[in-house]
Amino acid sequence: MNKKKEQLLTLIFVILLAALIWLAQNYFDKYLIRILNLGFIYVILAVSLNLLFGFTGQFSLGHAGFMAIGAYTTSLLILPVSQKEMIYLIEPIIWPLSILEIPFIIALLLGGLFAAIAAILIGLPVLRLRGDYLGIATLGFAEIIRVIANNIPQVTNGALGLKGVPEYTNLWWSAGFAVVTVFVIKRLISSSYGRALMAIRENEIAAETIGVNLTYHKVMSFTISAFFAGIGGGLLASLLTTIDPRTFMMFLTFNVLIVVVIGGLGNLTGTIISAFLFNFTLEYLRPIENGFSLIFFSVPKIPGLRMVVFSIALLLVILFKQKGILGEFEFSWQRIAQIKNSLISRTSEGGEL
Amino acid sequence: MTLLKLNNVTMRFGGLTAVDSFKLALKKGEILGLIGPNGAGKTTVFNMITGIYSPTKNSIYFRDENITGLKPDIIAKKGIARTFQNIRLLDNLTVLDNVMIGVHLHLKSSLFSAILRLPGYVREEKSLYTKSINLLERVELGDFAYEKAGSLPYGKQRKLEIARALATNPELLLLDEPAAGMNPQESQELVNFIRQLRDQFNVTIFLIEHDMKVVMGLCERILVLDYGVTIAEGIPQEIQNNPEVIKAYLGVDVVNA
Ligand SMILES: Nc1ncnc2c1ncn2[C@@H]1O[C@H](COP(=O)(O)OP(=O)(O)OP(=O)(O)O)[C@@H](O)[C@H]1O
Ligand SMILES: [Mg+2]
Repeated sequence: MNKKKEQLLTLIFVILLAALIWLAQNYFDKYLIRILNLGFIYVILAVSLNLLFGFTGQFSLGHAGFMAIGAYTTSLLILPVSQKEMIYLIEPIIWPLSILEIPFIIALLLGGLFAAIAAILIGLPVLRLRGDYLGIATLGFAEIIRVIANNIPQVTNGALGLKGVPEYTNLWWSAGFAVVTVFVIKRLISSSYGRALMAIRENEIAAETIGVNLTYHKVMSFTISAFFAGIGGGLLASLLTTIDPRTFMMFLTFNVLIVVVIGGLGNLTGTIISAFLFNFTLEYLRPIENGFSLIFFSVPKIPGLRMVVFSIALLLVILFKQKGILGEFEFSWQRIAQIKNSLISRTSEGGEL
Repeated sequence: MTLLKLNNVTMRFGGLTAVDSFKLALKKGEILGLIGPNGAGKTTVFNMITGIYSPTKNSIYFRDENITGLKPDIIAKKGIARTFQNIRLLDNLTVLDNVMIGVHLHLKSSLFSAILRLPGYVREEKSLYTKSINLLERVELGDFAYEKAGSLPYGKQRKLEIARALATNPELLLLDEPAAGMNPQESQELVNFIRQLRDQFNVTIFLIEHDMKVVMGLCERILVLDYGVTIAEGIPQEIQNNPEVIKAYLGVDVVNA
């Protein structure tokens, strides 16, 4: 398959996706649209975490922290001035935030930018060290972000959080950014830089003796990952319309981590599927928390039962399918053509018998 | 011309002196051997030269430049490449990728132009690819380009590790026990292969080896380490007949026995 043909197929794919989104945005019910939005946002979050964890081999527990930075930045910049005057009950909001109100896209990008800057500040000292300190450092970082959010009410409105964030996030935004995220990260990992990241994952000592600057490449991967986490956080804030420090607790990082592991470390296609699978299952399993009865016994109302289901699924994947739901398969037009050809040759062979 | 110079370099790990006042002047174009019993400190010498350890005492000069304490990737960029005693390939990547990573350090395009696939990057990537494929063909691994490195048979993994080192376009190549685990026929092939490398790639070679046939057949000069101390230095015949060396290897004093 040549390049031109692949580009054409990609173009057709994007147009089809756009048509689907138009259809969904206009004709699907609100509930379904919301799940799809969450699905796309999780694509952004999980693909970006996979860049760091799956492709670079660096374990971080700070995704929720970067999301929080993106979410607060975006919300504070798009909240209408009148709304800001209303919700800041503990202390009035400081200038110039009190009068700022900027376009959604710029607010989102700034959210990503601030998250990226935070990543550089943490990454530079921590990623210089040998060994797995990033997990611990990022765990601390995410908690610090929450504590800060709780304690500067003149900026974040403290524990009361931000209410009435304009609901700009729709499928165009969430899917659009999901496509950009996947595009950028796919391009990155299939470039020479991506090979360097995977070399670090495979063997740090080998990587550095063939000239890979460990700190530079790790910080780069961490920063890009945080940038998209920040964007994802901003989109989430404008979807939920209400955020407070509790929105960004540890479990949010775990959710993203579950999606990554189920989708497959180092597998983008699997991660994308897993992001939607996670959000749909999460919604459609909601009824089981209200109690149900099986033939012989009845299960009482147990809040949080859904997460038990996911934990079991996670365990099964770790035990039996370490490479994620798709195994080695990764989408590419070439791969699809191969599969098509092998199917055709198999049926034609069958015909000859 | 002296390519690499170590001035009485010492490496201590706590109370253990792994390498004691190691002296070396490596001439451009030569093949030098480093031998000695297990635990003599041979690998430690390589680790100091490639920046994995920083010597406790004194300095290392490469092309008259002090490289002591520089990070391994910087030293690689200056033109020193190596292989490892326990092979360190990127097992889950293809044979081709293993070599292409070796060329990454010469990449000039920015991350930005790599992601946007700007013409400059595309051109560079193409030339990296051609260089890597050529290199693989020269070392007779061309047929395995798209297989996973970890799935290659042992002997080919050793060869690939050498190819990856060559991809960085080094002036000095350090080989840590390249013949380990090879049968006599394979190690004879290796001797020819390494000799070819030196001539074709114009590299200076410094190698650690236990297989005496390989060492004697290949090296123009040999250094012998024992408990971190250099106990002999000379051409192969001299080393073979040196009583100190025989004693170190056999643990008996041949002269007095
Ligand atoms: N990082 C380290 N920390 C502590 N001791 C070390 C370290 N690296 C090497 N040593 C010690 O230094 C000594 C020399 O080790 P080295 O690996 O250089 O030996 P070698 O000559 O390569 O041996 P072999 O032939 O078995 O490969 C050994 O006693 C070893 O245990
Ligand atoms: Mg050794």
